[in-house]
Amino acid sequence: MSTASQSYYDRRGMLATLGKDGLIQIILILNTVVMLAPIVIMLFAAFKTNAQIFQSPFGIPDFSNLANIVKIWSQTNFLRYLLNSVIVTGASIVVILTLGTMAAYAVGRYKFRGSSFVLMFFLAGLTLPLKLAIIPLFILMRDLGILNTQLSLIVIYVAMGLPTTVFIMTGFIATLPNELEDAARMDGASEPRIMWSIMLPLVRPALVIAGIQNVVPIWNDFFFPLIFIQKDNLKTLPQGLTTFMGEYTTDWGVLFAGLLLSSAPVIIVYIILSRQFINGMTAGAVK
Amino acid sequence: MPGSPLVSRRLWISALIVPPLAFVALFVVYPIISAFAYAFFHWNGLARGEFVGFANFYKVLFTQPYADWTVNAFLHNVWVFFALMVLQNGVGFLLAYCLWRELPGAAFHRISVFLPVVLSTIIVGFLWKLFLHPLFGVVNISFRGLGLGGLAQPWLGQDSTALWSLIFANAWHMVGFPTLVFLAGMQRIPGEILDAVRMETESEWTKITKIVWPLVAPSATVVFTLLFVGSFNWFEIPYVMVGLEGSPHGATDVLGLYFYRTAFGNMSGSGQDFGAGSALAVLIFVFIALVAGVITFKLRAREIQI
Repeated sequence: MSTASQSYYDRRGMLATLGKDGLIQIILILNTVVMLAPIVIMLFAAFKTNAQIFQSPFGIPDFSNLANIVKIWSQTNFLRYLLNSVIVTGASIVVILTLGTMAAYAVGRYKFRGSSFVLMFFLAGLTLPLKLAIIPLFILMRDLGILNTQLSLIVIYVAMGLPTTVFIMTGFIATLPNELEDAARMDGASEPRIMWSIMLPLVRPALVIAGIQNVVPIWNDFFFPLIFIQKDNLKTLPQGLTTFMGEYTTDWGVLFAGLLLSSAPVIIVYIILSRQFINGMTAGAVK
Repeated sequence: MPGSPLVSRRLWISALIVPPLAFVALFVVYPIISAFAYAFFHWNGLARGEFVGFANFYKVLFTQPYADWTVNAFLHNVWVFFALMVLQNGVGFLLAYCLWRELPGAAFHRISVFLPVVLSTIIVGFLWKLFLHPLFGVVNISFRGLGLGGLAQPWLGQDSTALWSLIFANAWHMVGFPTLVFLAGMQRIPGEILDAVRMETESEWTKITKIVWPLVAPSATVVFTLLFVGSFNWFEIPYVMVGLEGSPHGATDVLGLYFYRTAFGNMSGSGQDFGAGSALAVLIFVFIALVAGVITFKLRAREIQI
């Protein structure tokens, strides 16, 4: 009797687990459909004419019809916007990682008076929404004579990115072992030499995390270009997109092609490096 | 090397620390302090005029039509915060719990839920603006195709649905973020605790409320605080989908749009006022700092160290 009731409970437990797992799969599949359908519809619409978009929004298009994409390539400033985004994002990341590593190295590797104050100073910037200081920033950029230049954007992105970068890098650099450093010091290596040849090669994983955490918000930023940049030739991709969406309001195929081309670089890199993206973008929030 | 080792060590540390510190001082600390100072001056365009005390604050809080605009926008932000708390953080927790099981396909679902997060808000805003178009948008076309033509709405064009449409677009964009932060929190719960719970109860609900939820408290603190700051800074989605005026007639106006219009003028280029704009920025800033501080403090108190 005891074996019978045992198997009964086992079976019931198994069925319950199966039911639970089934429900979980249904929730996840539904969610994935909701997440991906808009992106697939955008991809399809980029190869369709207006009539096709309105009549069969879900239909698979003829992918050899590149009319919309050619139009964007030849009739808009899209390539210029793309190039500007690459320049601004690239320069910002290089400066953020350089300055961020310098500060983090000093705080994380050396004991000196005021080091905790320095760290606090950077951390204070973590939670402050810099958007709300846009009026003083606008006046500051005007006084420095760099309004309407890419330098104004690079400067503001570096200021935005430094706090999190110092935070992540300090945590990482402080945990590196002392042995290598001490051995090099015994051999008479200078401090800059120790940093450059011995410690920096070890921090590469943290640099990747910090780089990704900064690259996505900078690449996608719209607010600061909106305020600082007026010249069409200097606009970044998200800002250029608003200009261009205003011009082609009736040509939906071209609008979707513009959205597709703007999102394609990020989507492709994300698919290749999804683990690094997820780790990098949640790095500040996951302890 | 010149000088004593101690001096050169000090020089070296200074060389490392001064450039980044100077940068943050000039482009973060100085502007934020200035933002407070600017609110107490009268402004003629871009030129600072005389000191006026609290006049700018009085203007945006107590004189019409500013007072009504301020309250209207603020209440919309409050609404957005609570709606996203459910649609973004609530759904995110549920999805994290589902992903945590590591059933077949979980890796794929994890990548797809985070995909919209990496897209620009501008792309997301335009995409949903096109999808929600009353005549040609895929949402209404689908409803009509399913014989549910009655559900087809001018989503962004009427008071009752406009703000909800923006909230939905935002939730679609960002739900992957709380999902993966919660998931990381759940994955840190030690296996022994979970085994012990499995002995005690079969109820999934007890497991969630008594064990999982308290143990992911640090993740909750972070995503709640970030959502709060984000909700009261909300700008890009409404700017792209309904424009600077928060159409239709202010039904989607939020503090971000209102601040921008006040400081930099509206589309017709009129009404630029750095004084009133700075006062609004200071009020929003103080409000965010106070409440975010309280949220963090209260939530930290209930966190459990494993």
